[in-house]
Amino acid sequence: MRFELKRSYWEDIKIFRYRSDFRWYMALVFLLLVLPVFVGDYYISQFNVVFIYSIVSVGIMLLTGFTGQLSLGHVGFFGIGSYASAILVAKGIPFLLAMPLAGLMAAAIGILVALPAVRLSGMYLAIMTIGFAFIVEEVLARWESLTNGNMGMVVEPPSIGPIEFDSEFSFYYLALLILILSLFAARNILRSPTGRAMISIRDSEVASQAIGVNLMKFKAIAFALSAFFTGIAGSLSAHKLSFISPESFNFLESVKYLAMIIIGGLGSLHGAVLGAAFLLFLPGVIIAVKEFLPHAIASQPGLEPLLMGLVIVLFILFEPMGLYGRWMKIKHYFEFFPLYKKDTFKRVKSYYKAEKH
Amino acid sequence: MVLVEFTQTVITGVSVGCIYALVALGLVILFKATEVFSFVHGEIMMLGAFIAFTCITFFHMSYILSFLMAVLVTGLLGIGIERLTVRPLIGQPVFVIAILTIGLGYVFRAFVSMVPQWGTETWGFKTPFSDQYLRSGELVIAQDLVFIIVCTVLLILVLAAFFRFTKAGVALRATSQNQLAAVYMGIGVNKVFTLTWAITAALGGIAGVLVSPLTFVHMYMGLFVIKAFPAAVLGGFSSIPGAIVGGLIIGVAESLSGFYLPEGWKSVTPWIILILILLVRPQGLFGIQEKKKV
Repeated sequence: MRFELKRSYWEDIKIFRYRSDFRWYMALVFLLLVLPVFVGDYYISQFNVVFIYSIVSVGIMLLTGFTGQLSLGHVGFFGIGSYASAILVAKGIPFLLAMPLAGLMAAAIGILVALPAVRLSGMYLAIMTIGFAFIVEEVLARWESLTNGNMGMVVEPPSIGPIEFDSEFSFYYLALLILILSLFAARNILRSPTGRAMISIRDSEVASQAIGVNLMKFKAIAFALSAFFTGIAGSLSAHKLSFISPESFNFLESVKYLAMIIIGGLGSLHGAVLGAAFLLFLPGVIIAVKEFLPHAIASQPGLEPLLMGLVIVLFILFEPMGLYGRWMKIKHYFEFFPLYKKDTFKRVKSYYKAEKH
Repeated sequence: MVLVEFTQTVITGVSVGCIYALVALGLVILFKATEVFSFVHGEIMMLGAFIAFTCITFFHMSYILSFLMAVLVTGLLGIGIERLTVRPLIGQPVFVIAILTIGLGYVFRAFVSMVPQWGTETWGFKTPFSDQYLRSGELVIAQDLVFIIVCTVLLILVLAAFFRFTKAGVALRATSQNQLAAVYMGIGVNKVFTLTWAITAALGGIAGVLVSPLTFVHMYMGLFVIKAFPAAVLGGFSSIPGAIVGGLIIGVAESLSGFYLPEGWKSVTPWIILILILLVRPQGLFGIQEKKKV
């Protein structure tokens, strides 16, 4: 059992809660750094995808998990990031500049989306953002002079100065670096006044207004930040896949993003990464398990969406706090071993229709 | 000639709008009574269409009987969804249940793709109104479209009567106003929730059977419902007349923009209208903005 003693405000908002946390993260980073030396190209490629979607997941976590604004249109920001970066690099701008520019462009459009969105809440917002995703997909398909329409675009591999990230192996380190930077940035945003304002909006809009939080401003900031991360991830993804076309930015992709943060556990950055890893390794696991299944089941094309749907449903029903919540529970169990109480993590019900808050 | 084209486009729009209105109606009733936003509505619609298709094609039942079968099965499915998955989550944040229904949608789509004879192909079935047309002068209207409009009007009347004159309807309205007060008044809120799911799922099934002549029957026909979302929100999401007006506006606007505007506009027009209206009235056309009490 660990006793916490905090002697100043700064101790309360440290980046790493305990010194041991820092050591564990360093160990994890070290493990990830040496990993590609030992595994094959297929697995490295899988990890690259996980890194890219973890960045998306961090972005959505900021908006949905920490600010409480549900967005089903993030695939639009992803698409904008992809196309912006691809077009800029094709015009001769170096990748190192094009990637943040793509993020900024997504963020700028994020603010545009936020303009009507800050006045909406709950499902109105979710549906408006679906509209945004549709409009982006249509614009990408129709603005042929810029995006080459439905034919798609070929994207060059990223390069920084003389270094070309054209193999999965080299791309791995680029994606890992950007993921770590994103996580670091997100963690710092969350312990800044901005992040705290965002969290207070999630917990109660009325209460945060009462203590002087400008709802419009912070919701717009949350949208912009979230769009920025998603745009960066879009840029990375475009350069990894080396081919993009509008139909890969379908609205249903956003559902996948949301599933990632739900499975990971809403309201935690660990959850963002865990959820992305879980959901993206799932197809690989399904393919591996398929060999042991009878042919009649294994040959079904619907197996993967079925499992994806079931995983979402079962997680929400039985582990609403996600993978990270499960980890917390296990940790809690051992930390307080004989004194563990089952109700510590019980969900509190609230009846919306009766008492609005 | 221009006028005939215009009238014809508007009538097509109205009939598609009627389907949107039916779907939006289901979403709005469900949201009003249970605070659940269902993304699985489209898949229920698809299952309804598949059941009617199976009854007609493989069991050679009459159209009316197959229609009723589809309504029955989707209604039962609604009850099943409520009892098994939604009830344990009552009282949780709205979007948790919304995402649960997205997951259910995946499951149903995968299920349909696995059923022999359904699969991933596109099917169609004959209705008594297929290939029959009403003519007046140069105007030619398919009877399928007329049937959709007539059915929608009838259903709306039946629903209005149900909410107004029956005990269950009043209980449903009471629950939608204040769940806690409804419990105190002796209304079984759980039963009302089950009933609401049954009614709205059956409405989805009806919409599915009605829309089959226009979109055909396939596993992705549920995505049709995504276009009914702007209809529901446009009307204000808490207003039943609003859902109907919203559905008609979206249907007509979509149909007109498909005919007169360049390609590509058709799919985004509903969303553009939605965003423009939400910019001016965040609560939708007929919605009431609920003031939050602290």
